[in-house]
Amino acid sequence: MALPVAFFAVFFAWPVVSIVGRGVRTDDGAWQFGRIGETLSRPDILDVLWFTVWQAAASTALTLLVALPGAYVFARFAFPGKAVLRAVVTVPFVLPTVMVGTAFLALVGRGGLFDELWGVRLDTSVWAILLAHMFFNYAVVVRTVGGLWAQLDPRQEEAARVLGASRWQAWRRVTLPALAPSVASAALMVFLFTFTSFGVVQVLGGSAYSTMEAEIYRQTARLLDLPTAAVLTLVQFAAVGAILAVHARTVRKRESALKLVPAELTARRPRGTGQWALLGGVLLSVTLLILLPLGVLVERSFSTPDGYGLDYYRALGSVDEGGTFLVPPMEAIGNSLEYALVATAVALLIGGLAAAALTRRAGRLVRGFDALLMLPLGVSAVTVGFGFLITLDEPPLDLRASWILVPLAQALVGVPFVVRTMLPVLRAVDARLREAAAVLGASPLKAWREVDLPMVWRALLIAAGFAFAVSLGEFGATVFIARPDNPTLPVAVARLLGRPGELNYGQAMALSTILMAVCAAALLLLERLRTERTSGEF
Amino acid sequence: MSTKKAAAVALVAALGVTTLAACGSDKADTAGEGTKSKTVTLVSHDSFNASKEVLAEFTEQTGYTVKVLKSGDAGEAVNKEILTKGSPQGDVFFGIDNTLLSRGLDNGLFEPYEAKGLDRIPAELQLDKAKHRVTPIDSGDICVNYDKKYFADKKLAPPQTFDDLAKPAYKDLLVVENPERSSPGLGFLLGTAAQYGDDGWQAYWKKLKDNGVKTVDSWELAYNQEFSGSAGGKKAKGDRPLVVSYASSPPVEVLYSEPQLKEAPTGVSTGTCFRQTEFAGLLNGAKNPEGGKALIDFLISKKFQEDMPLQMFVNPVVKDAALPELFTKHGEVIAKPQTMAPEKITEKREQWIQTWSSLVLK
Repeated sequence: MALPVAFFAVFFAWPVVSIVGRGVRTDDGAWQFGRIGETLSRPDILDVLWFTVWQAAASTALTLLVALPGAYVFARFAFPGKAVLRAVVTVPFVLPTVMVGTAFLALVGRGGLFDELWGVRLDTSVWAILLAHMFFNYAVVVRTVGGLWAQLDPRQEEAARVLGASRWQAWRRVTLPALAPSVASAALMVFLFTFTSFGVVQVLGGSAYSTMEAEIYRQTARLLDLPTAAVLTLVQFAAVGAILAVHARTVRKRESALKLVPAELTARRPRGTGQWALLGGVLLSVTLLILLPLGVLVERSFSTPDGYGLDYYRALGSVDEGGTFLVPPMEAIGNSLEYALVATAVALLIGGLAAAALTRRAGRLVRGFDALLMLPLGVSAVTVGFGFLITLDEPPLDLRASWILVPLAQALVGVPFVVRTMLPVLRAVDARLREAAAVLGASPLKAWREVDLPMVWRALLIAAGFAFAVSLGEFGATVFIARPDNPTLPVAVARLLGRPGELNYGQAMALSTILMAVCAAALLLLERLRTERTSGEF
Repeated sequence: MSTKKAAAVALVAALGVTTLAACGSDKADTAGEGTKSKTVTLVSHDSFNASKEVLAEFTEQTGYTVKVLKSGDAGEAVNKEILTKGSPQGDVFFGIDNTLLSRGLDNGLFEPYEAKGLDRIPAELQLDKAKHRVTPIDSGDICVNYDKKYFADKKLAPPQTFDDLAKPAYKDLLVVENPERSSPGLGFLLGTAAQYGDDGWQAYWKKLKDNGVKTVDSWELAYNQEFSGSAGGKKAKGDRPLVVSYASSPPVEVLYSEPQLKEAPTGVSTGTCFRQTEFAGLLNGAKNPEGGKALIDFLISKKFQEDMPLQMFVNPVVKDAALPELFTKHGEVIAKPQTMAPEKITEKREQWIQTWSSLVLK
């Protein structure tokens, strides 16, 4: 417990408190709380607050609407290609937002697919933002709700039917109560992610739309208006804290004993027109919402002036004349993998220790720590990045120019995933099994090896995979600190997009495609590891 | 219970340590633990580039290795330096331009240093001549670019001046960037303010608005999506043949074409330009001031100055640096760009941007 606490204190709490502190105090150290009321009564700031809440609520509702049928289909139906599809719908979740913005511009922007086919353009409209948010968060719902749904024993509902309940009543009395906490939990996570949306809004929002997160960035990086940024950070902090507190409650409810069965037993081939239609509908929505934007990126990466070809991929291997980088863009892949590996190791260490500590006792303090670990997901990467700059500037912690800063920042985002994946599994290990083993003469070490390890190692690997994929795609914090001699993949994509010329655009698409393929491969591997025992949240 | 935890810790720690060690070894050369005095750190914006050979030559000449730290776009990079004032991230900052210069100087970011070879730089570019806190390194012009094919097909002469842009013949053709979010956008706004004066520029923008000017947030969007003349814009079916970009954009279009174009597809409206000059300065509190001074001298050496155009698409400031053929062939020399004093820009920037927003965006 001491190590995770120290890690969060040094690499999260301290930087954030310092940068906010600069804003809420004047240069001579006096508190200026008056600024809070002043800032919060500015009409432009109120517009931002309103839009942030409004679009998050709308995004969450739309995501649930589209993804809940998906969760059902993935949970209850067996169909060929399910594992692959399940991995593919998760790819967006770990993609960097610059790329997603680009993909959606290629789809709904000027000259995009929809523009060519029907003259429909949605760029700079709020619909582009909502669509991108649905694209991002589809997997959150499918994995959180679907994961549990797949393990609910259908016989319970059948029993209710036998006892005379109508189909609707049975569902409402039996399945819904079991499912409700996980739906609430997924909805809250989606709300949290969209509430703090940054990249999507930057790329697709145009001048018209700004979330709090984007506004904090603008106030800090552009206008150097630290007091306004600090007030917004505090408001966002309070909101995120509230969301997480509610989330922690629903998670606890969800972990209350449910009779779970292996997922393989509950899924079967769809029967009847209704079920086939449902499956078809879900496949169609996945195709339109997720496969199409990803496909457009791939298509553009092969589309050269003289027909389809591998030109852009080939160009990735060489240092170009103009020198966007000092190294061939291909090396960015190696850099990304290295950073992501280190970040994964750190996240596993910190997250694993935290999860182990949280498993043992569930006191109020520990539960508070549980929620605290989730905070990095909801606190502005910009705030953390600027916090790093002004705090980690003295030996022995002058890390600002050090490569380790990148994996550390990425690990901050990875830890919540490790904790959320490990915790349910660790808690589910029945102490009686261990006792039984002891009674039968096993040494504690042997009992651990025979009882705990088989259950834990898969969860550990899945946690590692998720932390790895998330680190690979992390952009917000990395872009602050990545150096030109070793850019990461998302940073390389962003830089290539920032330069004129066909070759740069094509290379950006090619790199994006490679990143997508790596993420998909990692996630597919995880699908193979998943068993009925690893019922973590992701 | 405790055994389990201990084993878990050991496993995870072992994993962590081996990976850390593996990565640490091949990063050691750049992390520069033991070579501190021999490294000089250059903090810059994301657009900084220099060829490897040129940086190697600096090391050969002086013994110092340059470490480059890219710190976001120009405005962000300067603001980060202001936040870390006194404990800077590096020794030299490169990339503060005339639109941001006063903000940096007022905050005391730089130590005075008179670079060797300053006499080769025209006096009008030396904006801090009296104190030598910053040294001019490059200059470039923000100008309207036009799509040659569009105007040839329409048998219409491309606009050349600010006044032209507001004429009915060019209605609905121009796309500009939001000056609050984009530095070419800001440059263009300052250009109009310099041309029409404090009182006249608002009336000019009203005319531009009536003439159908379109505003987008970033140069990337304007140039690669909306503009019909660039490679990206063609692909995206951009339909605006006029865009605010740089005088150096046409050569860049040629450089990145495949197969190489014989002629640039775009041209420059030479009467719509605003000159941007970028400076470098020794950071206050630099850990290696001697290396920093050597680096500033090197930045205005012939070698570096001649490398710059094809790396960052800007013009050298020293008189003895030759331009590459790509620039002389496809580029445009801007004889009379608009300029503005840095103090005035700092004083008026926010107010002008706000006025502009309510005038053009609303």
